Amino acid sequence: MLIRRAPRFAASEITDPTLYLSRRELISGAAAALALAPSLSAAAAPATPALAALPATRNPGFSLNEPATKLEAATTYNNFYEFGVNKDDPSRLGHTLRPRPWTVQVEGFVSKPKTFDIDELIKLFPLEERVYSLRCVEAWSMVIPWIGFPLASLLKRVEPTGQAKFVEFTTLLDPNQFPAQKPGFFGFASLDWPYVEGLRLDEAMHPLTLLTIGMYGKVLPNQNGAPVRVVIPWKYGFKSAKSIVRIRLVSEQPRTAWEKAAPSEYGFYSNVNPAVNHPRWSQADERRIGEFRRRATLPFNGYADQVASLYAGMDLKKYY
Amino acid sequence: MTRRARITLKSGVWAVCLAPLALLAYRAWTDDLGANPISFITNTLGDWTLRILLASLAMTPLRVVFGLAWPITLRRLLGLFAFVFVCLHFAVWSVLDFFFDWPRMWADIVKRPYITMGLLALLSLIPLAATSTTGMIRRLGARNWTRLHRLAYVAAVCAVLHYLWLAKVGVKDPYWYAAALVVLLGVRGWEWGRRLMRRRRARLEPTSARVRPQAENPLS
Repeated sequence: MLIRRAPRFAASEITDPTLYLSRRELISGAAAALALAPSLSAAAAPATPALAALPATRNPGFSLNEPATKLEAATTYNNFYEFGVNKDDPSRLGHTLRPRPWTVQVEGFVSKPKTFDIDELIKLFPLEERVYSLRCVEAWSMVIPWIGFPLASLLKRVEPTGQAKFVEFTTLLDPNQFPAQKPGFFGFASLDWPYVEGLRLDEAMHPLTLLTIGMYGKVLPNQNGAPVRVVIPWKYGFKSAKSIVRIRLVSEQPRTAWEKAAPSEYGFYSNVNPAVNHPRWSQADERRIGEFRRRATLPFNGYADQVASLYAGMDLKKYY
Repeated sequence: MTRRARITLKSGVWAVCLAPLALLAYRAWTDDLGANPISFITNTLGDWTLRILLASLAMTPLRVVFGLAWPITLRRLLGLFAFVFVCLHFAVWSVLDFFFDWPRMWADIVKRPYITMGLLALLSLIPLAATSTTGMIRRLGARNWTRLHRLAYVAAVCAVLHYLWLAKVGVKDPYWYAAALVVLLGVRGWEWGRRLMRRRRARLEPTSARVRPQAENPLS
């Protein structure tokens, strides 16, 4: 198994906590200003409950030096099919999800399977803030300060056995909390529920892969995958499963929800790759939310230095 | 129909077709176009192009099915509004989205079937808009003009395919538009079949007066 070392960084590069905290205030101040701005959609949307602050230390070695996308954009422009296929469905309908009480089963080919209560899970390891770029398969992107800890820490704790080759993530299945999981007209469903995603074990153990419980200094809003999700910044956004209830270590490559729905469009690997187009549109460039002109998409979403070696010798046009 | 009724009806069409543009302008003014404004504007204009185009194609079926005469007076206006919306849709795509990157856009037009269909829909509406004036109808003659304007069906089919092929898994709207188009084309198919039968019957019964189906008067 291949475990890459995290890039080293000098102590001098760590942001001074006072600076860091003032930045945090700036963000919450901006968020408050946005909340006050008169807008039709805000007036129509149900009031979002105040989210608890989540103290975390920024890990500069894993953070982009780019301004974060506006909080309002990151919480109103979402793909979360459990709430509906439209971008504003998750923020409009997200209030039906109940992120407490919540448990996460970690099971499969592990020596120490365990069901974690969410409040226990988030205290297992020190929380870090990491500013990652998020590239959606639909050719737009955001920059988001996530909070969490490496998935590898959790996986090591449950001790994967030699048979474990892949990690499968399962999102909550509950039509009362996820309205779009109810069958529609003629039994029409957008995806085969529950949402299942997967990674190869070495991808899951990679230090960039973040088990995520917060963003922008607070716990995750429902529309962004509360209470716990995974973030894999070098893959298209749909690989980063939300509202996870089960993490299973398996020996076979999991069949993911999107592979079942459209295998030619959404492969198992789905690494961000400007050279491999989606069958229906180009992946050569993207619109960064908040910017006017398109910008070029980078191989592995800019994380090639850290992850390209995971795929050495693989034909990435075949394993798209 | 009285002049007054016609003016009222047409004012209604103007109001309904301009409302989405006014709303877009208002949302732009109040900074309420969402996180991805270019995509929002493009999608809104595309949606309204389809709605108005299908509405223009619904006018004849309304006469066939319900025997109403007034809808025909709105057909040209609706068709022209559909053309205005498709032009705006295209302008936003080429200017705001791709910022005049013509080689890139051409590559997409050639390679992406949904974009090919979108462009075909736009192109097939151009001769219709160009020949929409009363003078052009007279110059072409009613029969030729009617024949040319069957391109509206081509435009509608291309436009619906454009949406069907671009929509991602789970999006249902394009299927509603497709269903509406099938109904509208179905009514016409039924009407043509009936006319054909009538003509054949007229041939089989030489004693009865032969009635030639009247060429549609586009201005009626």
